[in-house]
Amino acid sequence: MIFLAGFAPFQPTPGLALWSLVIFCLFWWLMSKYAFKPMMEGLKTREDNIKNALAEADKAREEMANLKAENETILAQAREERAAMLKEAKEAKANIISEAKDKAKEDAQRIMTSAKLEIDNEKKAALTEVKNKVGLMATELAEKIIKKELAASPEHNSFVNKLVDELNLN
Amino acid sequence: MLRQFFILSCLFLSTVAFAQQHKHDHGHKHDGHEHNQHDGHDHSGHNHDGHSGHDHSGHDHSGHAHSDSGDGHDGHGHEEHKNNFVTDCGTPAQPHHHHGYDPTGTAIHHISDANVYTIMDMVRIPLPAIIYNKTRGLEFFSTGKFGAGHHDNGHYGYKDYVLYQGNIHRITCADFQGSDHYDVQGFDTAMIKAKEGKDIEKRYAIVNGKGYLLEQKTIWDAGLLGGGPSNFIDLSPTKNVVSMILVSLLLFLGFRSAAKAYTTRAGEAPSGIQAYLEPMFQYIRDDVAIPFLGDKHEKFLPLLMTIFFFILGLNLWGQVPFLGSVNVTGSLTVTAIMAIIVFIVTTINGNADYWKHILWPPDTPLFVKIILIPVEIMGMFIKPLTLMLRLAGNISAGHIAILSFVGLIFIFGKAGASLGGSLTGTALAIPLTLFMMAIELIVAFVQAFVFTILTASYLGAATEEHHDHH
Repeated sequence: MIFLAGFAPFQPTPGLALWSLVIFCLFWWLMSKYAFKPMMEGLKTREDNIKNALAEADKAREEMANLKAENETILAQAREERAAMLKEAKEAKANIISEAKDKAKEDAQRIMTSAKLEIDNEKKAALTEVKNKVGLMATELAEKIIKKELAASPEHNSFVNKLVDELNLN
Repeated sequence: MLRQFFILSCLFLSTVAFAQQHKHDHGHKHDGHEHNQHDGHDHSGHNHDGHSGHDHSGHDHSGHAHSDSGDGHDGHGHEEHKNNFVTDCGTPAQPHHHHGYDPTGTAIHHISDANVYTIMDMVRIPLPAIIYNKTRGLEFFSTGKFGAGHHDNGHYGYKDYVLYQGNIHRITCADFQGSDHYDVQGFDTAMIKAKEGKDIEKRYAIVNGKGYLLEQKTIWDAGLLGGGPSNFIDLSPTKNVVSMILVSLLLFLGFRSAAKAYTTRAGEAPSGIQAYLEPMFQYIRDDVAIPFLGDKHEKFLPLLMTIFFFILGLNLWGQVPFLGSVNVTGSLTVTAIMAIIVFIVTTINGNADYWKHILWPPDTPLFVKIILIPVEIMGMFIKPLTLMLRLAGNISAGHIAILSFVGLIFIFGKAGASLGGSLTGTALAIPLTLFMMAIELIVAFVQAFVFTILTASYLGAATEEHHDHH
């Protein structure tokens, strides 16, 4: 107690009490109004900005991911389409080729057939002509022979003709 | 590294200066016949009190009964005399000097509030005095009128006021005739055994060879700490008040420029003072306010910040060497005001749950309630009381520890008489003081933090919403 009795820092004095009350309250008011509140707001704004920026970045990332997925599906689709198209094209080619082949074959057949027909016809015509000529020549020959031998008799003529007709060249 | 070296050398210089100063004081007080030659080094050269034209040494006890004995003895062979104050007023007395070094007295003197701003016992800045006198009303004057010297004792008196150990005291003797300027030869004390077994220190000023009892300023301690009401109230802006104003202004300017940066440099990274203050601000907000107060933290954040930075600023200001080692946050008056403000804010903001818990604790049997209610009610007052005592005690203790280590210089140096002893003391004091200062730097932050976090917890308890009790 003797020590405390002389311990001036622990003796509450009205002057210091009054001054500290006034200074502290004034300091509190001034700091609140001009320093702490603007700081609080500034910090809050900044934190909100950062939060927003982060959220936006997240969103952008998500969108990017979505876009990527979309791109991939589009790409896959395209790939599929391409494959389908290629397949179709291949099929078409095969069809065309086979059709062409068939047609060519047909054509060739047709040409061959017609050629054969013509040849046959020609052959027939030629044979007919030869037959006719041979007939004529035989008739003339026979005429001459008969004229010479028998003087011309109609029985002989028809007989000769009958002989010529029987002379089938086939 | 450079800074450590700088601090070390500053400390060394200051301690040497201390010793020298002490030596001078003791030297010239006893050679009254030659005091004119001391004009170069005595206090008048350092005093900024408007009295520099006067030679203070002239008012020392030289020229009186034993002025011859001082010479040649360097003060230590000095014949001890003791004034016997038979009556409180007008007992013939001679100025009495304690030649030994009194570590306790010196430490307490250095951490006490004062009416002059003294730096290193060399520079004395007079402060305005505002006194409410019960007979004469309000009085204004400068404490420069006292011409404070060594130990912040005034060499002069003004009206019936004198300056003893930096504090204004009043002579209340009816037969004392004061004037606007008179010489005070010295001061003396006497211990009186009071009836209750308490020792009371009576202080006397010696004017014109007579001792007059001094009355100290009014102290609101209900007589518990040796104070009490007196005939005058000192409302002066003292050393502590001036420090509070200075620190508040510095903090305000610093924070104002930091706060402005949030609008002028919005969206940019913090820089300059903003970058220093912002982490502390955020720390208090995120680790003190939000954990205790949750969503309501924005309402109380300004108070918490004010408390933290006010205490921290003053703690640090008191630790800067060569700024007067002011002990503001170690002063119970200042911490009491802060504790009272915390108490008022807590009480006003206490919600129904808070009061219910104090006045009728739920979920407790009746006999527990009977014990608990008085405890809770006492707790309401004990909480701010502990806030007040913890801070004041810690900071005062730190100052005392540092002053004690510096005091080693005088103890070893026999109060400045032995240079070798002083040097030994200095060699010891430097590492010890440096160590203590480092500790005190931590204490400055810790105590500011503790005060703030406890305030936050009290506010949190008062505003907490209790949903369910199971």
